Amino acid sequence: MIELSSRDGVRKFSNYFWLAMLCLLAFTAIAPLFFIFAYLLVRGWAGLSFAFFTEIPKPVGEVGGGMANAITGSLVLMGLSTVFGVPLGLACGMALSELKKSAIAKMLRISIDLLTSVPSIVIGLFAYALVVVPMRGYSAWAGGFALSIVMVPIVARSTEEILKLVPASIHEAGLALGLPRWKVLIRLILPGVRAGVTTGILLALARVSGETAPLLFTAFSNSFGYRGLSAPTASLPVQIYTYATSHDETWRQLAWTGALVLVFVVFCLNLVTRILTRRTV
Amino acid sequence: MSNPVPAHQVLARRNLGDRIFFLALRAVSIGTIALFIGMLIFIGKLAWTSVEAQGFRFWVGDDWNPPMDIFGAAPFIVGTLASSLIAVLISAPISVGTALFLREIAPRKLANVVAFLVELLAAIPSVVYGLWGVFVLAPIMRDTIQPFLAKWLGPDTYFAAALGHGMTAVAYPFLLVADTLGLTEVTLVSLSANMMAVSQGLFDGPPLGLGLLTSGLVLSIMITPTVTALSREVLLTVPDTVREAALGLGATRWEMIKLALMKTARAGLVGSIILGLGRAIGETMAVTMVIGNRNEIPKSLFEPAQTMASVIANEYNEADGMHLSSLAFVGLSLFAVSLIINFLARTLIRYLNRGSRA
Repeated sequence: MIELSSRDGVRKFSNYFWLAMLCLLAFTAIAPLFFIFAYLLVRGWAGLSFAFFTEIPKPVGEVGGGMANAITGSLVLMGLSTVFGVPLGLACGMALSELKKSAIAKMLRISIDLLTSVPSIVIGLFAYALVVVPMRGYSAWAGGFALSIVMVPIVARSTEEILKLVPASIHEAGLALGLPRWKVLIRLILPGVRAGVTTGILLALARVSGETAPLLFTAFSNSFGYRGLSAPTASLPVQIYTYATSHDETWRQLAWTGALVLVFVVFCLNLVTRILTRRTV
Repeated sequence: MSNPVPAHQVLARRNLGDRIFFLALRAVSIGTIALFIGMLIFIGKLAWTSVEAQGFRFWVGDDWNPPMDIFGAAPFIVGTLASSLIAVLISAPISVGTALFLREIAPRKLANVVAFLVELLAAIPSVVYGLWGVFVLAPIMRDTIQPFLAKWLGPDTYFAAALGHGMTAVAYPFLLVADTLGLTEVTLVSLSANMMAVSQGLFDGPPLGLGLLTSGLVLSIMITPTVTALSREVLLTVPDTVREAALGLGATRWEMIKLALMKTARAGLVGSIILGLGRAIGETMAVTMVIGNRNEIPKSLFEPAQTMASVIANEYNEADGMHLSSLAFVGLSLFAVSLIINFLARTLIRYLNRGSRA
């Protein structure tokens, strides 16, 4: 038996002490999650009713009303951003994996990396300059455009990652049958990685559904409901922001319920992506 | 040409469909690159009137007064830096600690659960953090945490005095150099007095709840998932031989983490923390809701302030003319800062990856 000196005792103690500290830090990291959840559930649940989903907001001071305008608006904006963002993101992902080391692919990779890091409010400014100024007004088009720019890098990166995982033998098998490369990619490879690509799209949707900053001065808001793609359009996150900073108790309640609904949707999307990834890997 | 062209590429040249397909891919790539560059150009165009009129003075002017057409962005730059630094100071040890916990301590099943919970934290939208910050965190800060901090770290405490002397000691060598070169009128006495004023004011003032400290705290919660995930990836790149070597020499688990792991992964860990800083700088909604929105340089962490992102969110809808252009200038500066920070962080992480593979 080796005898432990007192020095070893100190080392042993400091080992346990610091390992315990790391556990404590990990606990600190996840504690806010429960703190936030508890309040969301308690405060948000209180205002959850059928009317929340079917009625538009009432003027300040009147009790009742819902966020139907914001919910339809959010769906419209997410639809628009999917229509623009997903095809572009997919194409960029394919370009990254197919053009590999060409100069264009390198520059594209840098652009997409940097696009991920652009603050979302700056994307809002861009959509304002590009769409709102020429159209002379806030519109769903502008909001959808801004959101699609948020989506592109997410979809592109996940598509590239998933295409990287496809073994070369599948490429070769297709080419050996005499198929052109585009057919190999579109008809052979893409259907095989459908789940992975869907994961990326859902993640991007989850991210976009909570985005507020790019919508503030692009889609703006309204309190009637959907009035066409060229009209200002309400969205759940912007409505939550407006109501949370108001001084009306009914509106604040709507903000909490809206937040609960929003978080529920985002988490469902995340859950689906988890299930999908587990199945593919 | 040292490498022979792969057979399928030779075939690709022949097929018309392929030619069109690859042309389309190239076109899309160029379009996306153009979109990114267009972003700089279009925001630059919005900001041009202000850039032309004010130039560099814009960043140092401390007065933001739209009715008088005076625009200085210093309060927002200070607010952004201060709130992000608070966030990083709180979040860095927590995130790196969590990453170490996930990789080195937790059994696989527990690690999966904790990692999932941290990911959920990242999924919560910014505006929900803001809502929670305003109605839950701010009252707690106002009633409990800020009075406590004021009591132990506020004016006339040992902490404030020690911090003031410490800052003087750090700044003194620079003063000596500047003095020798004849660049400054500042003396040791006035330097010390200034530093003391800063340290005494840091936790001074009425506890309002909304303000710099609260927004820093909310930001720290928001960037923790990002930094944790990145640090975890960095730790994965450290080869197991490094761990085994340390343990084989008789190191305890903690000594292995401290001496072998953290040292090897240092550049990457710093990189992931800087990426977290980048996120904090660009974060808009939560900060806008809890920072209190006051267009002045804050003297105390308890005071309301304004960040570059939050001033745009607050004022853009009501702005026109020079005001609008100046807000776009703020956005352009924010854009530039986040690009630089991300570029730096990615370079650091890439540098580490190359090192560990070699």
